[in-house]
Parts: sequence; structure tokens; C-alpha cells
Amino acid sequence: MAEPVLSVVGAVREYGERVKTRALDGADLTVERGELVALVGPSGSGKSTLLNLVGLLDRPTAGRIVLGGVDTAGLDDRGLTALRARMLGFVFQFHHLLPAFTALENVMLPEWGDRGYASKELRERSEALLRDVGLASRVHYRTNDLSGGQQQRVAIARALVRRPALVLADEPTGNLDTASSKEVFDLMRRFNVESGTTFLVVTHDGRIADQCDRVVELVDGRVTSDRRRA
Amino acid sequence: MPFEWFVALRYLRDARGQTLLILAAVSVGVSIIVFLTALIGGLQASLVDKTLGSQPHVTLQVPREAARALVAPSGQVAVARDVQASAQRLRSIDQWPVVMADAEREPGVLAASATVSGAGFAIRGDAKAPIVVTGIDPARFLAIIDLAKRTHAGRFDVAGGNVVIGSVLAFDLGVGVGDKLRLTTTEGVTDTVTVAGLFTVGNRAADQTWLVTSLRHAQSLYALPGGATSVDLKLADVFEAERVATRLRERTGLAVESWMGKNQELLVGLSAQRSSQWIIQFFVGVAVALGIASVLIVSVVQKAPEIGILRAVGTSSRRVLDVFLIHGGVLGLVGSLFGSALGALLAKAFEGIARDPSGAPRFPVELPASLFVQATLLATVVGVLAAVIPARRAARLDPATAIRNG
Repeated sequence: MAEPVLSVVGAVREYGERVKTRALDGADLTVERGELVALVGPSGSGKSTLLNLVGLLDRPTAGRIVLGGVDTAGLDDRGLTALRARMLGFVFQFHHLLPAFTALENVMLPEWGDRGYASKELRERSEALLRDVGLASRVHYRTNDLSGGQQQRVAIARALVRRPALVLADEPTGNLDTASSKEVFDLMRRFNVESGTTFLVVTHDGRIADQCDRVVELVDGRVTSDRRRA
Repeated sequence: MPFEWFVALRYLRDARGQTLLILAAVSVGVSIIVFLTALIGGLQASLVDKTLGSQPHVTLQVPREAARALVAPSGQVAVARDVQASAQRLRSIDQWPVVMADAEREPGVLAASATVSGAGFAIRGDAKAPIVVTGIDPARFLAIIDLAKRTHAGRFDVAGGNVVIGSVLAFDLGVGVGDKLRLTTTEGVTDTVTVAGLFTVGNRAADQTWLVTSLRHAQSLYALPGGATSVDLKLADVFEAERVATRLRERTGLAVESWMGKNQELLVGLSAQRSSQWIIQFFVGVAVALGIASVLIVSVVQKAPEIGILRAVGTSSRRVLDVFLIHGGVLGLVGSLFGSALGALLAKAFEGIARDPSGAPRFPVELPASLFVQATLLATVVGVLAAVIPARRAARLDPATAIRNG
């Protein structure tokens, strides 16, 4: 059996010095390659905290995060940055595109920032991705000149440009109208099916969750249910 | 283009108003440095030029005569004595052609000239004035003090009984070009000469007392046939004069004096000016650094979410650090280019405004290429250094916190 792309084992995350707040309380999660997994739960259940740990933007107080077979506990900041750049793509609720850059430059950023230079191949690959997400005519637009849905599509292209093993999407449709939400989710599903990209999507939207392969529910920092779509 | 440069330049372009404001501040700071340095440099060069317009850089002379005690005190003998100072007489340097040839071989010496110099009186009718008679070999002497260039009436001619004299001396005696003068030297020799030209070197003592004639004529006036009382030198670097003088003093045993030794007060003044210049440059540099640092700190705070995104998508903290160091360096570099141009324009305008009656600038300025290179380097380095704290702050931003707070 193939190795899972992500294993979270007994992840605990506490905040505060004197008064400890436990945002995650021994969460376990395994994501296989090619899955599209929805992570749901009420506000304050620890979804974003778990996503930050999986995204190597934060470290667990206890437990293990194994990404692509690499136990991240032994990695320093540089090692985490390198693994993040190699393995992960991010889509945020507020797209978090850089307003000073064009759509194309935003898509190129992850590889460009990692390698230090932009190759012709990277430019072509980025342009192709923007075409794939339906933004062929907006390649050189500043991101502030795009609609919310278009900005989120640029964010998806940015997340995919390095062909990551796992894309982490934090409320990717949370800020969009119904039509744009559907467009964005359909795009993720398309990349999931066509290129086998694995997605872990945090969402409050039941309609989005219902269309995913698996729905993992988090309550009070623990995984309380993990159901597969029939 | 490398990632760090692209991002830094894009941020500069994107925050156009902020960039222009800090560039203006850096430009003004650098222009003050360029303007003051040009002005102080020009004034110093002018002062040195005026001082050296009437004196050689180094002069070799016969040591002063001193009376020697015949009995020296020792362990067994106590000596009571009163040694009187000797009267000084005009003497020639022993084998001065050899001494001059030796001095000419000294590194940094551009020209050497033997002179006979002594005191006397110039008489014209009832007018009588004390003078310093200087006998020269024009071909050599003019390479050291260019009196021909400073001769503004008549011509520089010291051959065949002709002399050139200082303009103030001419005024005191009421003589002009072509007039005759009677000379009496301290040796009691009297002669009549013709004034061929009048010069002004800008040094009151020289303009009031100098009478320049040929070396041979002066040798006969002071009964020093074939002799020379001093050997004068011109150096490539005027501020090397004291070191050259020391070496020649040790080697020849003669009394060797540099212009620096004779003008201690001027040197103290120049040094004080230089110190003020450094202090001004330091404080302007600090102001520029604070300006750049404050703008960059604001920029880091404003861009924290973006920096978090860059870090999240795989940009190393080292590259983020470099982005802000380049940011500061570019502000310093571009600001210094504008500032250098502005400073040079101000200096030239200032030089053009204030002129003396002869049309010469009252405040001459010096704008060597090295000044612009130094100002540019200084501002660029200050820009990079000022960016260190904001850049480190940016590089240390926690991506998750930066994104969350954004």
C-alpha cells in the first residue's frame, strides 16, 4: 500500500504561558494521495490550527506531523521552509495575493522565491495554469484589478504551480458568492481528478463538504468523525 | 532578474509616494554633504594655493652659525660659561649643485631651484623701503613659484639689470614698469636696476618686500660668487613636505624646512575645518540612516501579511532579508545620485554668485570625481545598514502570525 501523503498522529497544540489554551487535543488524521478531503467543524474547533501545523507554519506542542514520509519534528526552520516549498500549496480564504504583482508574477512566486530566479519554463507553466483556470486574458493584470472569484482562481494556480503533493485550502470559498464558490470548487475538483492533486479543504460550507471524497469533523480539537462519500 | 531584486524594486515602485519622499530626504542629505565638502575643499585648496603661491614646499639652507664652547663639562671638571649667540652672516651652501641634484632625486620632488636671498634697501628719490632680494635661475624657479603668471604689469624679465618687484613695494616707492631703482644690500653693495614687471602673489609680506633678480646678479650683490643661499623644492604632494624635509635634513645635515613647519596655524585651521566637515557628514549620515530605517520599518509593518505569504509559499528568511537590504541600498544609491547632482549644482551656483572685483570666485569650490564616488558609496552603505534592523524584523516574521493578522 502506498504511503499516505499526510499523517497527523496525536497532534496537540497549546497556546499561552500561564493560562494554557488547548486548540488541538490529540488530533489524528491520515490523507492518502489523490484524495479531496473536507475538514469541517464549528468555529474554534481547531481547524485552522491543524491546517497551520500541516502547512508547517506552526509546530505542535506534542504529537507528530509526517509529510510525504518525512517526520517534521526534527527539521529546523530552513528544513521546514524547504519541505513546505517542495510538498505544499496554499489557498487562503482572503486569497492573500501580493497586490504589487501581476497575476502571472503571483503564480510564479513560490518557485521563484525558492530558487531565486524565474526560468522561461516556469513562466510558460504559470501562463498555462492561468489559462487552465480561465484567466488567459488576465495574465498581466494586477490582482487588485480582478474580481474576488478571479483572485481566488489565481490563488489556486499559485498553489498548483510547483505541482505539490498536497494543497491546503483554508475556507477557499468563504469570501465568495455562490456562483464563484462553485467555480472555485469545480476547479479544485478538476485538478484533483485530472492531475491527481491531493486537497485538504477547511470549509464551513456543507455543499462543498458534501462534494468531497471524505469529510473529517473536528470538535474541541479532536477528530470526532471521518466519513467517506458513498 | 533575481527574485530579491525584483521584489525590492517592485515594492519601491509600488509605494511611489513613500519612495519619492525618502529619496528626496536622502538626496537633500547627500547634497548637503557634497555642497559642504566642495565648499570646504575649495576654500582649503585656495588657502593652500595662496600660501604656496609665495613659498616653496621645502627649503634647504645652511644651518645657523652657533658658538662652540671650547671646554666641555665632565665628571671632574665644572665649567662656568656664558655662550653668546653668533651673529648670522649670509653663507652659501657648500657644493649646492650636488645638494640640488641629490634633492631632485628624492621621490615626490618635481622641481628644484637654487637661489641667493638677502636683505637690503630699495631707494627711489626720497623714498626708501626694506627689501628681500632674491636671485633666481628663471627656468628652474618659475617651476616652483610661477611669478611670470602673477606678473600683471610689464613682463617677467630678470636678465641684464632688470628686476621684477612686488606691486605693494612699487606703490610704496612710487615706481612703475621701466623706472630705475637704486639698491643697497647688507653687504654694502649698491647698484641701479630697471623695473621690468610688477607681480602680486596675494601675500602682503612678499608683495611689499620682494625684488627678484638673476642668480648671477644676486651673487654679486651679496659677494657670493658662484654660491647659493638656499635650494627650494616643489613636491607632487604638498602634504608630503614635512616627511621629505625630515629625510633631506637627516641626509644632508642642512637646515631643511617645509611650508608646513612655517605655517602651523594654517594647518591647525585646515585640520579644524576638516573635523567640522566630518562631524557634519556624520550627523547628516545619521539623519539619512534614520529616515531610511523609519520608512523601511513602516514598510515591513505594512507588508507583514505579504511577507508571511512569501514565507508560507517557500521563500527563505534569507531572501526576505535580502529584499529589504536591497530596498535600503537602492534608496541610498539613487538618493545619492540625485543628491550628488543637486549638491554639485548648488556648489557651482554658490561659486558663481559671490565674486571679488577681479571676477575670481570668493568661495571657490572643488568637485573632484572622488567626492561623488565617496558620497555615493557612503549613502549606499548607510542605506544598507539602515535596512538591517527592518530587514531582520521582516525575516523573523512568523508566517502563520503574519497571515493571521493580515
